[in-house]
Amino acid sequence: MATVIMPKMGDAMEEGTLLKWLKNPGDEIAVGDPIAEIETDKVTLELESDEAGFLTNTLVEEGAVVPIGTPVATIGTESEVGQGAPADAEAPAAEEPAQEEAPSPAAAAPEKEEPAPVAATAPAAESASVAPQVANRQPGERLRASPLVKRLAAEHGIDLSVVAGSGPGGRIIKNDINDFITGAKPIPQAVAQEAPATPAVNGQQPAAAPSGATPKGNLVELSRIRRTTGARMSESKRDIPHYYVTSEVDLTAGLEFRKQINAALESEGVKVSVNDLIVKAAGLALREHPAVNSSYVNDQLYEHDNIDINIAISLQGGLIAPFVPGADGKSLGSIARITKDLGERARNGGLTPDEYQGGTFTISNLGMFDVDEFIAVINPPQAAILAVGSARQTPVVRDGEIVIGNMMKLTVSADHRVLDGAAVAGFLQSVRKYLENPMLLAVS
Amino acid sequence: MPVKTYRDALRSAMAEEMERDESVVLLGEDIGIYGGTHLVTNGLIDQFGSRRVIDTPIAENGFTGAAIGMAMAGLKPIVEMMTWNFSFQAVDQIIQNAAKLHYFSGGQVHVPLVIRGPNGGGVQLSAQHTHSLEGFYGHFPGLKVVSPATPEDVKGMMLAAIRDPDPVIFLEAGALYGTKGEVPDGDYTVEFGKARIAREGNDVSLVSYGRQVNLLLRVADKLAEDNIEAEVIDLRSIRPFDAETLVSSVRKTHRAVVVQEQWRWFSVASEVAAILQEQAFDDLDAPVERVSGAEVPAPYARNLEIAAFPSEQQIIDAVRRVLYR
Repeated sequence: MATVIMPKMGDAMEEGTLLKWLKNPGDEIAVGDPIAEIETDKVTLELESDEAGFLTNTLVEEGAVVPIGTPVATIGTESEVGQGAPADAEAPAAEEPAQEEAPSPAAAAPEKEEPAPVAATAPAAESASVAPQVANRQPGERLRASPLVKRLAAEHGIDLSVVAGSGPGGRIIKNDINDFITGAKPIPQAVAQEAPATPAVNGQQPAAAPSGATPKGNLVELSRIRRTTGARMSESKRDIPHYYVTSEVDLTAGLEFRKQINAALESEGVKVSVNDLIVKAAGLALREHPAVNSSYVNDQLYEHDNIDINIAISLQGGLIAPFVPGADGKSLGSIARITKDLGERARNGGLTPDEYQGGTFTISNLGMFDVDEFIAVINPPQAAILAVGSARQTPVVRDGEIVIGNMMKLTVSADHRVLDGAAVAGFLQSVRKYLENPMLLAVS
Repeated sequence: MPVKTYRDALRSAMAEEMERDESVVLLGEDIGIYGGTHLVTNGLIDQFGSRRVIDTPIAENGFTGAAIGMAMAGLKPIVEMMTWNFSFQAVDQIIQNAAKLHYFSGGQVHVPLVIRGPNGGGVQLSAQHTHSLEGFYGHFPGLKVVSPATPEDVKGMMLAAIRDPDPVIFLEAGALYGTKGEVPDGDYTVEFGKARIAREGNDVSLVSYGRQVNLLLRVADKLAEDNIEAEVIDLRSIRPFDAETLVSSVRKTHRAVVVQEQWRWFSVASEVAAILQEQAFDDLDAPVERVSGAEVPAPYARNLEIAAFPSEQQIIDAVRRVLYR
């Protein structure tokens, strides 16, 4: 019998939710058949089988949240249907020896690491005992904290995994968290893109509610993506000294240009959106202003060589921002294809974590919602985000005459720890140059 | 309020109760004509006569057994152990009879007996005459064990002990007989099982009983010079035990250092540490520290005796460990 485990779908993934079984015990399974729907912290995916046979057992209930590596189902012969999970001795044999006995072939055989969302034959005994949630701790490094600290951390929503301990053996003592409790310092968050641990969320509720009173209204269960978005945006607004620079761009030429290229691309079924123009323009402008294309992590500034532009996409349960890799170097047609695909897959839950974890600069566009302008919250650890308003027909003065312009306001929110106003203004000037001279978008 | 020595406060408790209650009698070696080796009973034979202040032979097992019989028959004897070390001679009577008769008799018989005398060391009496027996006697169900630290408490607790229907092990701090303090006139009792906050503080709870309480108060003064505000808890009674006061103090301070003259193993400090981890686990910011006597028979030489008992520095070091500074 083979075991299907909760797969690791991205570096930051620690656990997943088994949303729904797509097969029942007794169903015949072919390789590649989806057997369950799983949800990571951001996306919903189908868990495909890499074994053929019969689904013999499901080991977790729908809705269960389990650590990665946890066996969730078994696949075997028809006669094994309904039998118990494989005993310790059984399952692992097939693939495991490669690890220990023949290190060189294992190292040289990366095929097994294809990113397809498949279940591996599990080293069952081990996977079953995977410790739940040792978030952000080095493997094997136990978190030491005094009992008092553990209680206070739960009450105040402090993630101890990111708190340094000053006591013997690295024990976290009350003094280490005092400043977070009194509010003298912000509560640190895990650097990785993690939702806060459940106890923290629970712990915060009583603190947030006015003493003893439960707010009226329907209690809405927050989705994982909503919780992640909330935690990251809180972290961003709390930790990053935001400032904002706004510029107005006349999109008249850009709209005309878009009309022309869409006519040319019609036969290929590709349609370039205004947003695609902005992605390309921003990509080219970032090339000229590399400081804006940077990340600030653990008090260190990293300027990126690659220009990967995230596009904020609104979903029912929250926000997700997959990125266009190498946006500066891609043609408008290719950007259009990529953004269309990312948008569709974001909405039906088909993104993989590698498509939204990362990116170097984010664009949030509310232009389609008829807004004048808005300011966005920086997507950490990035240094800046661009908020795009609607293009509006407005009287403008050009060459001494009043004409109708298509004016669009662009607002950059930037991290003042690493970026000064002049750099951001320069970046906006570049964006404007590209959008107002759209031929540059085609030739650069 | 009048100021009295620990010794005089103790004597006045016994004398006042003997005036009030004819069933109170004293037994012990040299307590009458000689006035008591530590002069605790000095003059009482003149006041109450030799029928109520009884000089006994050097036979602890015998006179303790006799006192148990008197108590069963309705008297309220107070037995003096010249030092608690000699109670080893009487321990069979104390544990096998005094502690158990109420149980054996299905509650029909009470043994309203007080056994008192100096406990602990500090006065160069060497190994055979220097024991701290609170942990030992505290072990046995059926005994109450108390250890007053101040003149006020020693009077109030002696009155409570005499009136208690069950046997009370009354451990006096021998080294404190000459210490002075305010003692209320007249009749008052200090309830067993109620600890005393000898000094309030928020940073660390220092816990002891008997003469170590005074040591803790001195240590607290020194710590205050470094802005460490120690709370000093005088347990007063070992059994019954006031866990509530202890736990609520540690809920406030999050750290505890327990100090005792007796040896560390299977001791009162061990019990205090166990209670704290059971009842205040989530409030502890550091492991409970125990500062105890050295694991040797008590030395005679002054310098060695001092070295064998908890010192201010040892306690300060322990406080710094639990405070991580």
